[in-house]
Amino acid sequence: MITTKEVEHISWLARLKVNEEQLEGYAQQLNSILDYFAQLDEVETKDVEPTYHVIDVNNVFRDDVITPSLSQDEAIGNAPKKQDGCFKAPRII
Amino acid sequence: MIEEYLKYRPLLDDTGIMIGLEIHVQLNKLNTKIFCGCGLDYHNDPPNTHTCPVCLGLPGSLPVINRKAVEYSIKLGLALNCSIQEHTQFYRKNYYYPDLPKGFQITQYDFPLASNGYINIEGENGEVRIRINRAHMEEDPGRLVHEGGNIEHSKHTMIDYNRSGVALLEIVTEPDLRSPKEARRFLDKLRSIIEYLDVCNTSLEGATRVDANISLAGGSRSEIKNISSHKGAERALLFEVVRQKNLLRRGGKVVLETRHFNEEMGITVSLRTKEEEHDYRYFPEADLVPIKVADWAPGIAKTLPELPDAKRERFVSQYGISDDHAKSLTSEKRLAEFYEEVAAHVNPKMAAVWTADVLKGELNYRDIGITAFKSEDMVKLLKLVADDKITDSSGNQIIRTVLDEGGSPDSIVESEGLLKAGGDIIGTAVDEAINENPQAVTDYQNGKQEAVNFLIGQVMKKTRGRSDAKAVREMIIEKFKGIM
Repeated sequence: MITTKEVEHISWLARLKVNEEQLEGYAQQLNSILDYFAQLDEVETKDVEPTYHVIDVNNVFRDDVITPSLSQDEAIGNAPKKQDGCFKAPRII
Repeated sequence: MIEEYLKYRPLLDDTGIMIGLEIHVQLNKLNTKIFCGCGLDYHNDPPNTHTCPVCLGLPGSLPVINRKAVEYSIKLGLALNCSIQEHTQFYRKNYYYPDLPKGFQITQYDFPLASNGYINIEGENGEVRIRINRAHMEEDPGRLVHEGGNIEHSKHTMIDYNRSGVALLEIVTEPDLRSPKEARRFLDKLRSIIEYLDVCNTSLEGATRVDANISLAGGSRSEIKNISSHKGAERALLFEVVRQKNLLRRGGKVVLETRHFNEEMGITVSLRTKEEEHDYRYFPEADLVPIKVADWAPGIAKTLPELPDAKRERFVSQYGISDDHAKSLTSEKRLAEFYEEVAAHVNPKMAAVWTADVLKGELNYRDIGITAFKSEDMVKLLKLVADDKITDSSGNQIIRTVLDEGGSPDSIVESEGLLKAGGDIIGTAVDEAINENPQAVTDYQNGKQEAVNFLIGQVMKKTRGRSDAKAVREMIIEKFKGIM
């Protein structure tokens, strides 16, 4: 069971603002999603190899060769705030 | 594994200290980043000039693994005596912090590339084995620059993504270290191995970074972040030992927490993080397919260079030098090469003493590397000493002069007039010294052996250090016999 407290924590992890009224609603919705997925628990998977990847391919690599990078202007062009060639963000501790 | 380990030392000794380290090694000898073709030669370039949609985390971009980064990681894993796993894959570690443009870091989790290794270090009572839990690949986050250079006072954080996506190998030890000093020795040994492998230039800023976990018997562990040097690691851990000891002594509780090392003040400060392991919501990185490269290991093992421990053993048997000298000379790859270049031309034992004891001491004193002195110059210098053309003290002087002012041994011998004084010059100086210091002669006659040393000093002064002290002593005593 997902509690409203957990919804609060998850929203903090995702850096989303969720108000009091929304908490209850999201908790209900998340619980019904989890209940739905719980149906999978009924399947016997004891002797089934885990699916690490949906396509059956391994070892895709590239050579260690330099390709052109973006210019500084291109790189930071879409940033809402920038300064001295850097992206600018609020102070983080 | 554990049985084998227990032969070396008990899990907990009477200090009760348990330390484990996590070391992030940048594979900066590669040409490009781990998942994109951006170059790594950014250290002298402006911010955000070595980025692309992949390492900026732009929508729709897809990572592709650098084959050589995998090879380097296997190389390092093997050098740490790890086994390379049959199946390995990447995960997304989710957390929001501006150094991660995507909101997650691509890293490994339950299938690391390499695991179950060890390295041996010098403990308080002989060699001890430190187990390596795992070594896994991941991408480096970007670099945060705090406005005004200080995290506490800046209003904004500036972000440079040049470093974002550089290949890292994170090496995680078991909590087998028993003192801050051992932790430092482990780090020194690891650095030496990394340098031998030529996968990382450890002198570049941020090339290796350390987090340390430490607990004392009866307490929980704390994790120390932001350690940037080996000396810093030792200091941070020493501080933690004292802090935790005092806390426990006063009946307090050491809580499980992350602490930040403030290098300037030499203290650790609690970082209140609300994120826990399960908050990272690791899940498989679907943009990358699994890696199955255990079969690369035998081929890569053949390319491994001789590592410090093996080289040390060979130096002892091949050159007949002491284990202490061999250990000192193999601590750095370049120093070992230097020694072998010198030992090829002069007596290897003499070369060991002059390189490990004299030259290394002078280099450490000046905090400079072995590249400051040429091996040819050491050969020239040692030949002069071996041929009895200059004294030991002149040899020392030449090394200091080369380091401080430059020049070659030959030119310094010439300009400083260091060739040993001939027998007649010394004889004259001895006669003068005795005639000018009758008191010393009387003292000697009264049984004061030190009077001889005084006279040797006088002779040295007169010949400007070019005389062999032993020969001068013999001459003086001979003269005294004549007088008495």
